Amino acid sequence: MRTTRFLVLAAAGALATTGLAACGGQEKDAGTADGGPIAVKASDTACEVGRTELAAGQTVFEVTNSGAKVTEFYVYAAGDRVMGEVENIAPGLKRELRVELPAGTYETACKPGMSGKGIRGALKVSGTAATVAPDAALAEATASYQRYVTSQTAALLTKTEEFVAAVKAGDVAKAKALYPVARTYWERIEPVAESFGDLDPKIDGREEVVEEGMEFTGFHRIEKDLWTTGDISSDGPIADRLLADVKEIVARANAEKLTPLQLANGAKALLDEVASGKITGEEERYSHTDLWDFNANLEGSKAAIAALRPALEQRAPDLVAQLDTEFANVETALGKHRDGDGWKLHTALSKAELKELSDSINALAEPISKVAAVVAR
Amino acid sequence: MSAKLSRRRAITLAGAGVAGVAGVAAGAGALVRGGAEHASADQGAAAGAVPFHGEHQAGITTPAQDRLHFVAFDVVTKDRARLVELLGEWTAAAARMTAGKDAGVIGAVGGVPEAPPDDTGEALGLPPSQLTLTVGFGPTLFRDARGRDRFGLADRRPAALVDLPHFAGDALRPEISGGDLCVQACANDPQVAVHAIRNLARIGMGVVSVRWSQLGFGRTSSTSTGQATPRNLFGFKDGTANLKAEDGGLLREHLWVQPGDGPDWMTGGSYLVTRKIRMLVETWDRSSLVEQEQIVGRAKGSGAPLGRGDEFDEPDFAAKGDDGQPVIAETSHVRLAHPDANDGARLLRRGYNFVDGSDGLGRLDAGLFFIAYQRDPRKQFVPIQTRLARNDAMNEYLRHVSSGIFACPPGVRDGGDHWGRALFG
Repeated sequence: MRTTRFLVLAAAGALATTGLAACGGQEKDAGTADGGPIAVKASDTACEVGRTELAAGQTVFEVTNSGAKVTEFYVYAAGDRVMGEVENIAPGLKRELRVELPAGTYETACKPGMSGKGIRGALKVSGTAATVAPDAALAEATASYQRYVTSQTAALLTKTEEFVAAVKAGDVAKAKALYPVARTYWERIEPVAESFGDLDPKIDGREEVVEEGMEFTGFHRIEKDLWTTGDISSDGPIADRLLADVKEIVARANAEKLTPLQLANGAKALLDEVASGKITGEEERYSHTDLWDFNANLEGSKAAIAALRPALEQRAPDLVAQLDTEFANVETALGKHRDGDGWKLHTALSKAELKELSDSINALAEPISKVAAVVAR
Repeated sequence: MSAKLSRRRAITLAGAGVAGVAGVAAGAGALVRGGAEHASADQGAAAGAVPFHGEHQAGITTPAQDRLHFVAFDVVTKDRARLVELLGEWTAAAARMTAGKDAGVIGAVGGVPEAPPDDTGEALGLPPSQLTLTVGFGPTLFRDARGRDRFGLADRRPAALVDLPHFAGDALRPEISGGDLCVQACANDPQVAVHAIRNLARIGMGVVSVRWSQLGFGRTSSTSTGQATPRNLFGFKDGTANLKAEDGGLLREHLWVQPGDGPDWMTGGSYLVTRKIRMLVETWDRSSLVEQEQIVGRAKGSGAPLGRGDEFDEPDFAAKGDDGQPVIAETSHVRLAHPDANDGARLLRRGYNFVDGSDGLGRLDAGLFFIAYQRDPRKQFVPIQTRLARNDAMNEYLRHVSSGIFACPPGVRDGGDHWGRALFG
């Protein structure tokens, strides 16, 4: 829907795997402050990180997925601030993460099945840590979030390609399985774009946005066919168009630069998405996979707030503490409705359970709505 | 200090008005504006009666009352004569009730003890409260969904009584949309408005059946220059640029159906469009003031167009800010709804706020029950709403859930006339 408000940034598919390396591609090929990449063995049940004490500076992790599920690897600072991540590591694949880590305490996480808090481990980085000036903290916030969005858009493209391929192959079961996964990457960074007002309805428009003389296309059009008639035999052109539109939005987003204020508003907008359309089951009315979107919106909001965290800690530490509490409360409330690597269908939840989720979202969104004013001052 | 206190005090006073002495709310509006000149002078008029007979139906340019009970009926009889007879009975009851009398000649307590009274009684002792009752005929009265000419009226359907198109974003619920007939009851006391609709529904049993109804409070626009501009549930002044009763020539141009516009039975009438618009107030309330003002295109406090100082200043749509962007955004409500953006088309709006409790998820089930009268919806509501549905930034906080269109005939001229006489005659 036309609900999105700030920008998906950046990211052509080619920049897929790395964050910092994307800006510093000419640097030395591999290595860390201690020399040599750190091997990460990811399986469906374990996340073995070769070394957990490092010197400050650039570090390279080499993540090998030996499990059966697609996984992700993250390095988090306090409050789950994403320092670096690799998305969408298919079974058997090896992917690299380059990340600049100042001295401090971090967590590593593998997320087999791409869901949940992941398999966490401690990571300690020592060396000289410069204090960051307030304005620099804001600048770093946008750079940090930009890295997050870069990885998300890359995964969005990949997963949309897989989804489109399944649709065109007429594989209903596979397309149904991929549908909420591809949308996860969209929903995490959905505050994409009033500036892409023409593309958003083509990609994510629900049936009622269509007016006379306009074609119903995009994810929800295919969703309808998959879940109502199961007949996707004529959806090939729709699928091709979806992929073309996603490519375009990723490319156009590439040219955009976010401001810290947009980060703050985006974090709020994502929760408003949940409060307006997901909690009611409006968004995924055929597949009922609203809780996937709910979780992705929540993760995207958290990523934006996490990027702002150092600046917020300097300016409004009480607000940060409140946000931590409320994020945890929503995660707990939502966590009750996990189903394997995914989520229960919206239709499986009682009105009372939905009310509890709605209340927890409101409890979080209220303090988040104050972040913009803190950033602006 | 007084500026700080006035709003709370105004709310308290408005609350007192609910008890039945209307006009206090209008006084409250005056207090909000900082002047108390209207505070008590309106009370007598607000409790008085609005003339029922006239060239046009009352309840259109009548200064908007504070309360609404709107009802849409399905006609359940196939008997044309019974329907016409009902319209006659309704007209007589409406003339009585708007004068502050009981619905029937016997009344709530005057009849034989063994018979039910011909008035339900809850308005006993209450003044007329400026009750108006306005009737309209829906497209389905002329032809039903299957195309059948139900009462021999098909060739009398005005071309302007169009089936509204699907507007982008419409999430309409059929069970609270449409209808063969409608009655708009407006009054300064909700009990008086509810009493009127309840009695019409009772009189109509077996001939008509209530399809849906809507209560409203807090008129959201002014239909007279004597009224202060009220606020909608987004907290903004609404209806500043509305057509008003004093607009004379503009009313002929934009409101009343003129001779030659269509079938003669509609001359002097007007077309009514209703839209129930749910407002997502919780998310609106956590959007920043600057975002709210940019969406609306007006300052929240004064109601002035952005970049101007006074509520009634004309918006300057050409003005650009330091950043080179329009001061009034391209997607702002005020720009898109303005006559300048719509070939000069204007509406007479007299909508109401509604709160239907909450929705079970802890959210207010609240919004605007939009009501607009016009000479020709094809030239007015349809193009305006098409533009808004596509581009209005406010849509993010709105859901259109109900829709209706009705042809409201001219006024009942005298005691020998009745609603629909010219249509069925």
